[in-house]
Amino acid sequence: MPAAETIASIPTGSSPHEILSDSARLTHLRLLEAESIHILREVASEFERPVMLYSIGKDSSVMLRLAQKAFAPGPIPFPLLHIDTGFKFHEMLAFRDWMAKSIGARLLVWRNEPAIAAGTNPIKLDTKRCCGLLKTQALLDGLRHYNFDAAFGGARRDEEKSRAKERIYSFRDSAGQWDPKNQRPELWNIYNARIHPGESIRVFPLSNWTEMDVWQYIHQEKIPVVDLYFAKERPMYVRPLGSGQEALLPIEQDFVALPGEKPQMVKSRLRSLGCSPCTGAIRSDAATIPDIIAELISFRSSERANRVIDHDQEGSMELKKREGYF
Amino acid sequence: MATVAAPTFSIHEFLTQEAGKDLLRFSTAGSMDDGKSTLIGRLLYDTQSVYEDQVRSIEGKGTTAPGQIDFALLTDGLRAEREQGITIDVAYRYFSTAKRKFIIADTPGHEQYTRNMATGASTADAAVVLIDARKGVLVQSRRHAFIASLLRVRHVLVAVNKMDLTGYGEDGFRAIEKDFRAVLSRIAEETGNAVDAVFVPLSALAGDNVVHRSERMPWYSGPPLLELLESLPAAQNERGAAFRFPVQRVIRPDHTFRGFAGQIASGAVKPGDEITVLPSGRGAKVSRIATWDGDLAEATAPLSVTLVLDRELDISRSDLIAAKAAPASVASRLKASIVWMNQRPLDARRRYIVKHASHTVPAHVASVDARINVTTLDREPAATLELNHIGAVTLDLLRPIAFDAYAQNRSTGAFILIDPEDNSTVAAGMITAGVAATRAAGNGGNEDVAWGPVTAGERQARRGHSGGVLELTGPGELIDAIERSLFTIGAVTVRVDAESEEFLLHPPLLELVTAAQTRAGLLVLLVREQEDGPLTARAGDITLTLDADDPTHAIAEAHRLLHEAEILLATERSGL
Repeated sequence: MPAAETIASIPTGSSPHEILSDSARLTHLRLLEAESIHILREVASEFERPVMLYSIGKDSSVMLRLAQKAFAPGPIPFPLLHIDTGFKFHEMLAFRDWMAKSIGARLLVWRNEPAIAAGTNPIKLDTKRCCGLLKTQALLDGLRHYNFDAAFGGARRDEEKSRAKERIYSFRDSAGQWDPKNQRPELWNIYNARIHPGESIRVFPLSNWTEMDVWQYIHQEKIPVVDLYFAKERPMYVRPLGSGQEALLPIEQDFVALPGEKPQMVKSRLRSLGCSPCTGAIRSDAATIPDIIAELISFRSSERANRVIDHDQEGSMELKKREGYF
Repeated sequence: MATVAAPTFSIHEFLTQEAGKDLLRFSTAGSMDDGKSTLIGRLLYDTQSVYEDQVRSIEGKGTTAPGQIDFALLTDGLRAEREQGITIDVAYRYFSTAKRKFIIADTPGHEQYTRNMATGASTADAAVVLIDARKGVLVQSRRHAFIASLLRVRHVLVAVNKMDLTGYGEDGFRAIEKDFRAVLSRIAEETGNAVDAVFVPLSALAGDNVVHRSERMPWYSGPPLLELLESLPAAQNERGAAFRFPVQRVIRPDHTFRGFAGQIASGAVKPGDEITVLPSGRGAKVSRIATWDGDLAEATAPLSVTLVLDRELDISRSDLIAAKAAPASVASRLKASIVWMNQRPLDARRRYIVKHASHTVPAHVASVDARINVTTLDREPAATLELNHIGAVTLDLLRPIAFDAYAQNRSTGAFILIDPEDNSTVAAGMITAGVAATRAAGNGGNEDVAWGPVTAGERQARRGHSGGVLELTGPGELIDAIERSLFTIGAVTVRVDAESEEFLLHPPLLELVTAAQTRAGLLVLLVREQEDGPLTARAGDITLTLDADDPTHAIAEAHRLLHEAEILLATERSGL
């Protein structure tokens, strides 16, 4: 169970007959929320076996809250699926189990057990092949195992250039692959949900949200997020990268250390949650959501920049997506 | 290194300000070399919406002079287009100013990609059309303005770019404005949708009149482009129109709650409002507007809510809840403007699927009434429509739908056409009118249909199924209901009583008859009525026992069985 002070109690919604007065004011967050709920309901109504990919991060947390809102007062009509690489932070896994339990969601976990048993890691292989086995392959296997025909993901178009062109309903062929030259045109809010057996779609209800929107919504809606997002003294390997840059590597997996490296306590936090060997921390004093938003404003570095995987090859996110990565 | 912002900055003030921002969606379109990517890159860069590492990753690359940043590289996303040096698909960009958040639908201007421009315009409140100051009004600019008007994008901002290359002269700018205003009024005549146009002289490369007012064009007294974008009326999304609410889903967690979930397409709703459910026409009053955050005293478009009514009505996904005082139209024959978006041309012999609001209905094109020449804006006769053609058609739908004309309502007047064979989205449509006529049989008397043998593939495409046998044994009432449900989705069924006298006397005859019918592409319902006992359904090698006490479920299972036996091409999910 994560630390009590960072996990607010989950609001259960107001009593059914309470009347809200401020409904006419449509801010950008209300508009984005309405659009996302529309998408969640469309997919739940038009597909036979939808699933929500739950990655435990801030975007997944927002997506999960939107799903609660979309089907209230009923339950979320699909399960959550977490792709566990075996390298996720312990706090993430504890948070995941706690969250699923407290909102009464059905949680499925899928791991590429043969690859994990074979000792797959980003040092032994390169990050590209490690992600290929532990994320992409595991995701495709998991979706196939349960025969899901639609999978929600929390990806946003503002994250990375190749994602700017992703559809909200992203069609995948029977091998789970994405063809950027052959996407269905998507007009108004009318989505083409037709697929042949074996084909599937990935759905991105947060497509039009920015990183700032996500944090503001978490703040406004008091959505609980993993403690790792908040600054704290944490043991880190500090690795110089030259020209004044450094990498802060959280101590979760022993093999990350180079010879002679010693962990030191650094006040730090994670900007995005990934696998522990490939997710760098940043020095930070941001201990609350408003602190994080203030930090975001002062930042001059986009959020995926401290994820190693996006930079291992020119246009690397696009390549991963073609192969089936989210 | 990250630090919390300076003490003079109040995060709480900032959050209050942010919470009040609204949202404007605009599309951009331009010809290949008129600097559209540069303009967007400039907007993002000058509003500090680009992170430093993104700028670092493109520094020293590109085709601009040394020391200058090639802003176009900030937005060109995909490898393929980077290799070709042109943008090939719609890309969405996000930025915000102190006043407003923006979503840009960045659409390519190459002639091949009309469909992308229509896609970008479909959700836009405004369109930025680029014109190269050296070249004047080209076909591309007319095309962009025409599509924006057709899709009812109300505000067109005409960015006359590359003013730096014409010496920042006023005369050239005024000449372009005069030419293009003439084009715009022709366009408004053709589409029936007024266009509100503003012209801005600018240079995206040099940064003149994009974000900051330029001192190099003192003759221009208007605001720079960004200021115009900040001052346009925000996304009103049909809030002033009559109440329309397509039902997406029935929410019924237990017997105490039954609500209809959807997104308000237009107008507003309050508890106590009288509504009409279409197409059935039954009436009720709204008793609650339920949300996870509590009930609302009023809700307006485009909020997603759940409505509870004051009486039990049989309402399901695909129904439209509308204001009783101003209900929508209902018809099964529609006139519409369509943008054809597929390599395979429109084929009046094929069956298509209309997706409109929250429902899907099989349809075919009764006639192509005209093709619009986007260059001359003339209407020309045409037998078909090809990729990137825009035309007027008459559609026959298998079931009537509730709709408004697109000119009155962008949500309930829009639809897409899907080809059920490969499931591609082949056209975007805007309803111009309903036709109060009974649906014509066959091809609606279309004289243009080619003569020649009808193939099995054509039958399949038209009917949505191949030939096959569904054996049904059980209560006649339930078998009737299954036959009705198949009829409703357009299946061509033939009901054969397996226990009739001639078949009992000559058993091989039954096999001969069903084989001939199957070859003809018919869906044979081989029926054995037994009033007591369960219902069994068999198709191919699969046999199912269906719950006779739950007809809705039994029907859905029968459809699924046909789908699994590869007789039904794709499940018709609506109405099940």
